[in-house]
Amino acid sequence: MKLNHLASGLLGLSLLVAGCQTSQQELLKTDKGQVELRRMQTRAFDTTDREKTLRTIIATLQDLGFVVDKADATLGSVTATKLKGYNLIMTVTVRPRGEKQLLVRSSAQFNIQAVSDPQPYQNFFTSLGKAMFLEAHQVD
Amino acid sequence: MSQKEAPYFITLVALIILGTGCVATIPKEALKMDGATMEFRKVQARRYDTGDETKVIVACAGLLQDLGFNIDESETKLGLVVGSKARTAVEAGQVAAKVVFALLGANMAIETDQRIKASIVTRKGGEAGKEYTMVRVTFQRIVRNENNQITRLEPLNDPKQYQEFHSGLSKALFLNANDI
Repeated sequence: MKLNHLASGLLGLSLLVAGCQTSQQELLKTDKGQVELRRMQTRAFDTTDREKTLRTIIATLQDLGFVVDKADATLGSVTATKLKGYNLIMTVTVRPRGEKQLLVRSSAQFNIQAVSDPQPYQNFFTSLGKAMFLEAHQVD
Repeated sequence: MSQKEAPYFITLVALIILGTGCVATIPKEALKMDGATMEFRKVQARRYDTGDETKVIVACAGLLQDLGFNIDESETKLGLVVGSKARTAVEAGQVAAKVVFALLGANMAIETDQRIKASIVTRKGGEAGKEYTMVRVTFQRIVRNENNQITRLEPLNDPKQYQEFHSGLSKALFLNANDI
């Protein structure tokens, strides 16, 4: 009788576990749709100076307590890590939008999760906009 | 708890364990500037009276080598050089505590190694004739214990270490200028 109950308890546990996806499926998994994700992670700035923008991104990341890991002027990317009891990694990329603007996109990973809440990105762009002396335009 | 309730209880516990695995999220202030932002900038950055950014970044790379760092990354077009080193993290205090714990029959995992990273960013400024190069360095480290578990993820914020780094950089600029 006692064993039976234990068995059904274990069954409940294994059902819960089986309901989860296998960890391999994390490879291409996203929390948000592609369009929605780009919307919250991207802002447009009224400048065409890529180098200055990249340098300002680096300075802003340093101000926010990040240690810059790598940067590539040709690709237009910067990756930085903030360690403060947690591990926050950010990649910021820059690419042209039309003739007069640059698109800045940031994506973040907090410990072992993707950051898919709009607010942290908004905070980042607020800081970046101040450092650029330019307004960060929402892109639709 | 009766025997009938037991399986529900086990299932509930399983549910709670699964649920709590996903709780920690990004702190609200993680991507915001605060009162400490300017203070850190002051401690970490120094102005060097030369407009030759390349000369400064070469000296930075030399200084990283002087300090036993390996250079991991660099992008001179953006004024960046990154280095790291792996060193011991054993502290006498922890070793002593481990001995005391062992005498009491308990095991305490002490911190054994650390990976320290230094990231240097240069930026040219000023007008013609009064040009300067700003250098900002930031340090952080990951510490592991003897079971290879991460025990610390932290920035290194001691102003003294930043001071020492910058006086080393002044020296490196001088040494490079004199072909030493």
